[in-house]
Parts: sequence; C-alpha cells; structure tokens
Amino acid sequence: MTTETSVLQDTRPTPGVRQRLAAFRQGYPHFFLLGLLVGVMLILALVPYQLVAGPWLRAGEDVPYLLQYFRMGTTTWFVLTVSGMAMGLLIFIMSSGMTLTFGLMSVLNLGHGGFISFGAFCGATVVVYFSAWAASGNLFLTIAVLMMACFYAMLITGALGVFFERVVIKPVYGDHLKQILVTIGGAIILMELIHVIWGATDVPVPRPQLLRGAVIIDQAIPFIGGAAIEIYRLMAVIVGLILYGLMLLVINKTKVGVLIRAGVESREMVEVQGYRINLLFLAVFVAGSALAGLGGAMWGMYEQIVNAHMGEHLMIMVVVVIILGGLGSITGCFYGAILVGLINLYVGYLEPRLAGIATVGLMVAVLMWRPQGLIPVLRH
Amino acid sequence: MAEPLMKLSGVHADIGQYHILHGVDLELPKGELTVLLGRNGAGKSTTLRTIMGLTDVPRGRVEFKGEDITEWATPRIARSGIAFVPEDMGIFQLLSVRENLELAAASGPIDKQRLEWVFGLFPALKKFWQTDAGNLSGGQKQMLAIARAIIEPRDLLLVDEPTKGLAPSIINDLRDAFRELKDQEATILLVEQNFNFARALGQTVAVMDDGRVVHAGSMAALAEDEALQQELLGLSLGAHQ
Ligand SMILES: Nc1ncnc2c1ncn2[C@@H]1O[C@H](COP(=O)(O)OP(=O)(O)OP(=O)(O)O)[C@@H](O)[C@H]1O
Ligand SMILES: [Mg+2]
Repeated sequence: MTTETSVLQDTRPTPGVRQRLAAFRQGYPHFFLLGLLVGVMLILALVPYQLVAGPWLRAGEDVPYLLQYFRMGTTTWFVLTVSGMAMGLLIFIMSSGMTLTFGLMSVLNLGHGGFISFGAFCGATVVVYFSAWAASGNLFLTIAVLMMACFYAMLITGALGVFFERVVIKPVYGDHLKQILVTIGGAIILMELIHVIWGATDVPVPRPQLLRGAVIIDQAIPFIGGAAIEIYRLMAVIVGLILYGLMLLVINKTKVGVLIRAGVESREMVEVQGYRINLLFLAVFVAGSALAGLGGAMWGMYEQIVNAHMGEHLMIMVVVVIILGGLGSITGCFYGAILVGLINLYVGYLEPRLAGIATVGLMVAVLMWRPQGLIPVLRH
Repeated sequence: MAEPLMKLSGVHADIGQYHILHGVDLELPKGELTVLLGRNGAGKSTTLRTIMGLTDVPRGRVEFKGEDITEWATPRIARSGIAFVPEDMGIFQLLSVRENLELAAASGPIDKQRLEWVFGLFPALKKFWQTDAGNLSGGQKQMLAIARAIIEPRDLLLVDEPTKGLAPSIINDLRDAFRELKDQEATILLVEQNFNFARALGQTVAVMDDGRVVHAGSMAALAEDEALQQELLGLSLGAHQ
C-alpha cells in the first residue's frame, strides 16, 4: 500500500496543489473537516452581505434566500465557534469513556446515557445544597462548590460503574446483541432510580453567581471586538482541553496507557504478557462512567436544568461522535465531538430547524467517505 | 533424562465447538530445547496455546514446576514463568519497539544489562527503538517477538515457528540467539517446520499428528534414522542436502 503510493509519487514531477490537498485529506481527515467547516463559516462571515447581495439590492428585488447567510459578521462567527467548541468538549467528556470501553473490550454500553443523567443529578444536588455559597460571588466558595459537584458526580457514577460492569456487562462479554439488550435495560433501571431518588420532575440548577454573564471582548480588537462569550462556556472549553490533555498524557506516557492501547489491538496478547485485562477493563469502565457523570454534571449546569431523560437525548450525539471519530479512538472522539458541537451551533444559527439533522447528516457523510470513521483504530 | 519442567498428560483441547487435541502426552526436560514437529494442522500451535490457557481443556492435566496449571487463567500462567511467542508473533503494531518491550517486562522496569544483551542478539531493535512495531520488517518483527519473550528471565519459552517466511541470513541470526539461550540452560519448546533448523538446535523431539503426540525421543536418534523420518514426517534429509 505505502510502497504503491510512493512509487506513484516518484513518477510524478512535483505534487501539485491538488495532490497535496488530497494527501492532507487522507492523512488528516479530522483537520481537513474542521478546516472546511470553520473555513466555510468564516467566508460567510468575511464576505460582506452588501457585496454578494448588491445586484439584487440595487435592482430593488428580493435577495435569494441562501445569500442571507452572508449577513453573519465575524463577531457572530467567533461566538458561534467558541460556543460550538464548548458544546463539543462537553460531549467529548461524556463520550470518551464509551469509545474506550468499546475499543478495549468491544462492549457496546448503551446504558452510558444513564450515567450521564445520574451525574447531572448528583452535580445538581451539590449545587442546590450549597446554593448559598454559589450565590455568594466569592471565587473560593464558587470553585469549592464546582469541585464538589464534579467530584461527587464522578464518585457516585464511578461507583455505579463498578457495580454495572460486574453485574450487567461481565456476563455478556463478547455478545453484542445481549449487550445491547442488557445495557438498555440497565439504563432504564438507572432512570427509574433517578425518579425514585429525585422525583419525576425536572430539577433547576442555578448557575453560580460568578459563572453568570459573559466576557465582552474589547471593541478595539478587529473582527471579534464586541463579541460576548458566556463565562460558563469558556470554563467548559478550558476544562475540556485540560481533560483531553490529561487523557493523552495517560494514554501515551503511562504504563496503564500502553496497556490500554495494547489491549485495543489484542486482548489475548496482553494476557499472554501476564496482565489481567479484566481488571484493566474494569478500571477503564469505571473511569469512563465517572467521565460520563462529570460530563452530565457540567451539561446540567450548562442547561441549568436536569431531568432523567437528558442522558438518553445526549446519547444520540455521543453515539454519533464515537462512530464518527472511529470506535476506540480518543483522538477521533475529541475531533468528532468538536465537529458535532460546531455543526450544531453553526447550523442552529443559520437554519435552526436543521440543527438536529445536521449531526446525523455529518455522521452519514463522514461514514460514506471513511467507513471506519475519522481515525480508525487497527484491530487484529 | 532430567526432571521434566512441564508435563502434559492426556490433554484434550477444544476451540469453540471443535475438538482439536485428542489426548496429548508431552514432557519437557528442564534445561533442554524440545522441538515439536508435525504436518500442517497436526495441532502444534494448539498445544502451545493450550499450555498458555488459551483453549478449553475438558480433560487432561498440564503440570508446570510440579503444579497443576490446567485451570489457571492466562495472566497467571504467564506470571508463573512462561513466555509465549505465537505463530503470528502477536506484537503490538501500534506500540513502539520500546513500549512492546516495556510491557513484556511485566515485573517492573527493564533491566539495563539484560536489555543490552537483547540488543546484542538483535541489533535492529536498538536502531528502531522508538519506531512503531507495525513498521518493522517481517524478520525484525520476529526478533521483537522473541526479544519480548526473553526480556525477563523465564523458566520456559514457547516459540511457534520463528523461521516462517524469513531469509536464510536472519534464520542464522535466530539460530545463534537460540544457541545462546540454550547455553543459559533455558527450557524451550520450539515448533518448527524447518527440519535443518530444528535438528541444529533440538535435544529432544516430539512429533504430532492429528491432535496427539505420536513420537517422542532424542533428536540425535531421529536425525540418524531416515526410515523413521520418512514415516513420521514424510521427508528425507538426504533430499534436503
Ligand atoms: N480457531 C479455530 N477454529 C477451528 N479450528 C481450528 C482453529 N484453530 C485451529 N483449528 C484446527 O485445529 C487443527 C490444529 O491446528 P493448529 O494450528 O494447532 O495446527 P499446527 O500443527 O500448528 O499447523 P501448522 O503447521 O499449519 O501451523 C487444524 O485442523 C485447524 O484447522
Ligand atoms: Mg501452527
């Protein structure tokens, strides 16, 4: 394969722009898609509406509908892009555990959404309980409340993960149909559990005082001056990037990470080297559940309301993200999530009614192009 | 004959619904290199995989260092001192040479001196230390697979057809490496189709057919007895030389 392409390249004088673009598209499909998406929006933002609609305006006729898109300015583009990244990173936090679980053990855990909801309620409980601290506007108290909410959500969903893996998942290793049935059953139980503990009604989550409002970018700054970015979204971006960095660090630099990557390739050979892959899997499953819980808690504060079905709804995006990224790939999951977040915000702005379809449409388009997802993981 | 380090008695093995081994009896003398011969599909690889706990064993007994390990899980068998190089080498393609070896050193960081010794046996591994194992050549992958098995001292090495698809010069390198391991009194079970390679290394030999061991004895005796070779292996050394 590789020799073939190198032979081809050798016979050509110098690769033209087209070939180089094609090579880039093949080699870095995630950067290519991100660039395409952000770039198209940037063009819509940069080209003045007056310019493209000029002929119709001067003639006093109705401007064609699609040209309305050019009304968007660079400020709006910037706000949409940052918000899309925030949404994408929250989805990434929720999805990362599921993609690793699948990559390592080919276990399809459709109960993952239950952990998201559960985490959201746990986080909400803490925020409501300490609402006086959250409302104080004191930086230290606010951070304390947020940390407690996140840790509590992770602790409870992590503990649930231990139980879920041993009781629900372990008996159905290696059988996808049973996994689907059993984990959906598990998700329903989690949902009912939420109803029992927190009641059947939605719970509002007041956002801490310090995280309300927005950062306004100085008017003097060209292109993006005047843009208002919600503080909470900025925080989501920062937390998401830190988590991604940590995950990469663990996966690339630690022994556990090496074991996880090795296990994705061949479970059997990991065991032959003397490691108990079942324990490794349990650890990854628990970490994945805790991350789902963390993502749920952060999502709850973002939406400022939680209900028992939120995990189910989010699962659509989670599943799209992990398939889009390439099952089992953390990097793929990261870029897949950002793509989904961006396309949601972009399309939601241009054509609000199409936002839901856009997510699935993106997945279909990518799978037609690359059936294994953006960054496929090699499997024996 | 020395005390056997490993002993299989009447071992049956299933893979899924298939019954593959029909009562294998095999003894591996301590400190010797035993060659396992037999035609394709005889059950050689399955025997090795069975020792590692990778098949179902409905009947029979596998003993290692006097302990019954038949029911043990694979990781425990490995930790008890058995290294396994499977027929497809089983290296982790997406991991670097270094990471492959670090994982193989299951009990802690790689011993520096031992690593130098392995580099001495297989210099290519030093050169490609940070390269993804998937980018190595077939022979280099085989070297990595064997290096992985010997990066920590083990009591028993199970090696499945290390010469498969390798050029003669690399086969000679491998033979030298095995000689050195033999000199260190390692106990080795080597599956091999290349009879010359096998004869050069083996002290003991076992021949399998149809899921059973049909002959066991010393390599010297088999190497001299052309009629027996004909009968067991359908080959004549004369024709090969
Ligand atoms: N996963 C499997 N499922 C079903 N049958 C199998 C499986 N693996 C091996 N077999 C069968 O078991 C028998 C023994 O196979 P094995 O791989 O042990 O032979 P071998 O002696 O190593 O052969 P070779 O010299 O070709 O490597 C063969 O008939 C093979 O078809
Ligand atoms: Mg074989």
